[in-house]
Amino acid sequence: MKTRGERALILFVTAGDPSLEELPGIIGALAEGGADVVEVGIPFSDPIADGPTIQASSQRALDRGVTPPGILQTLGAVKADVPLVAMGYLNPMLRLGLGKSAQELKAAGVSGVIVSDLIPEEAGPWQEAARPEGLATIFLAAPTSTDARLVRVAEASSGFVYAVSRTGVTGDARGPEEALLLVDRLRSLTDLPICVGFGVSEPQHVRSVAEFADGVVIGSALVTLLAEKWHGGAGREQIVAQVQAWKAATLG
Amino acid sequence: MPTQSPGRFGAYGGRFVPETLVHALDELEAAFNAAWDDPGFRRELDDLLRDVVGRPTPLTETPRLSAETGLTVSVKREDLAHTGSHKINNALGQCLLARRMGKVRIIAETGAGQHGVATATACAMLGLPCEVYMGEEDCARQQLNLFRMKLLGAQVHPVGSGTKTLKDALNEALRDWVSSVRTTHYVIGSVAGPHPYPTLVRELQRVVGDEARGQYLDRHGRLPDAAVACVGGGSNAIGLFTAFLGDTSVELVGVEAAGLGLASGRHAATLVAGSPGVLHGAHSYLLQDEHGQVLATHSVSAGLDYPGVGPEHAQLKDSGRVRYIAATDEEALDAFQRVSELEGLIPAFESAHAFAAVFRGGLFAKGARVLVNMSGRGDKDMDVAARLLHF
Repeated sequence: MKTRGERALILFVTAGDPSLEELPGIIGALAEGGADVVEVGIPFSDPIADGPTIQASSQRALDRGVTPPGILQTLGAVKADVPLVAMGYLNPMLRLGLGKSAQELKAAGVSGVIVSDLIPEEAGPWQEAARPEGLATIFLAAPTSTDARLVRVAEASSGFVYAVSRTGVTGDARGPEEALLLVDRLRSLTDLPICVGFGVSEPQHVRSVAEFADGVVIGSALVTLLAEKWHGGAGREQIVAQVQAWKAATLG
Repeated sequence: MPTQSPGRFGAYGGRFVPETLVHALDELEAAFNAAWDDPGFRRELDDLLRDVVGRPTPLTETPRLSAETGLTVSVKREDLAHTGSHKINNALGQCLLARRMGKVRIIAETGAGQHGVATATACAMLGLPCEVYMGEEDCARQQLNLFRMKLLGAQVHPVGSGTKTLKDALNEALRDWVSSVRTTHYVIGSVAGPHPYPTLVRELQRVVGDEARGQYLDRHGRLPDAAVACVGGGSNAIGLFTAFLGDTSVELVGVEAAGLGLASGRHAATLVAGSPGVLHGAHSYLLQDEHGQVLATHSVSAGLDYPGVGPEHAQLKDSGRVRYIAATDEEALDAFQRVSELEGLIPAFESAHAFAAVFRGGLFAKGARVLVNMSGRGDKDMDVAARLLHF
């Protein structure tokens, strides 16, 4: 993570959509455009926290036969110029084994993990597996979380706290008012950097969120862009340009 | 997975949900505990269960079915509950609770449509707006219930994602709730989902077994040798079993859907053929591939066509207190037809799986006294039955 004072641009891409072979090239393009962190989505069959864009993207990846071992193997072969965070759901990690998941994520060069359906109260076994590997676990804070819960989320989190910008699933854009309130509450409770995601897409969203958060997460908008424009790398320049535009917006 | 979370059934249960929902689950737990301890709330629910639902539902003896099977079969008649299944016990209780909590909108998922109809009915009674998520495949095969929900004033959202069945309806209802949690109560229809739902739904459904146990004792002067229920998510089974858990002489049997046969891979026998994992907010058994992706299921019965199961069932399986078996589509259809012809009872396809157990030779000793929960009536299944049975 960046030190306080700079705004981080965090970009989400579904591993396997476009195809897994293209993932290293996509990560490279995102890094070139100015991404500070890339979240690599591990597709799950039943993504209850995701809106239609990431649902469809996950399904396309699964239809291509993408598996967690395949993703980790691909990531392990990349020399990414940018820190990687894995984002997904608990069950595939449970199936592989929490200890093995942590070891293999670390071996693949991943530095942190976000699990959409894991709350601090249930995270003990995972954190016991992640800690020896030096993997950060980033928990989500929601506008509906009480202050007591926000404290718990912040205490359990390492790296940064992921503030969910609104009461909703991914990809559903609304104004930043709920996010601003949430970040204000978190500021009084933690010194960790606070990054805001869910529903951030246009540069003006990025700009308004960057005014009060330490980082901005863009997911669905990039997933859509990659699906429409990547074309096996032919659209790389367009992707880099869009990332540059987002990055510029984080700078004010 | 020992954790700090409440609502565990041994290694199972818990809360595996997006953070957005946790406060609402805390509120629901507190509201339920307060309501359950409030004699006024209990009285209102009991009055409605008596005067609207028609409880207690009868216990019916089945001389011809008993002669045919060499058993003594008694049937708990949840098919006679208002709206045609046990689902109303839970839906009515949760909607009363939602009103008490000041929620102004109700959502639900449904597979066979029985829970959707029950929830729509409770909402009509209480004047609450109701939206129901139902897989597109289930909308087609349970069209009668789709019409009933619409007539009752509910808005039905067909779900076209994933396998277009109950699993996906639950996903979509959870996504709605993640976006609407401040104003909306989600009436989960089974003993599945994150804490407190498995406990809350069990407490609302245990009336089935509490009544049946008392009725059986009154009539027979003893307990049955076995009690049988079908298991999808598992609410009617938990409803029946809870009263008998301490009665070690009573064998408890849960019947899952074996679909086209366990070997075909096209089934919904979660406990019989699945493994532990996390789906829809709880750690329990599920049907999953080697990478932890949830598998598509198949059953002729929309209500059992689900790759998960309530976490208390997972514990009851591991402890050995309940024996779980699976009946194929063919066995269920055969039982559906034979129970209709022998006793004039037309069970729902779901309940026909429970009846399939009494036709399976060797499962029970000759002359055993078996209590079967007829969780619902089969009217909703007539279109599919007519096609499959070539009427």
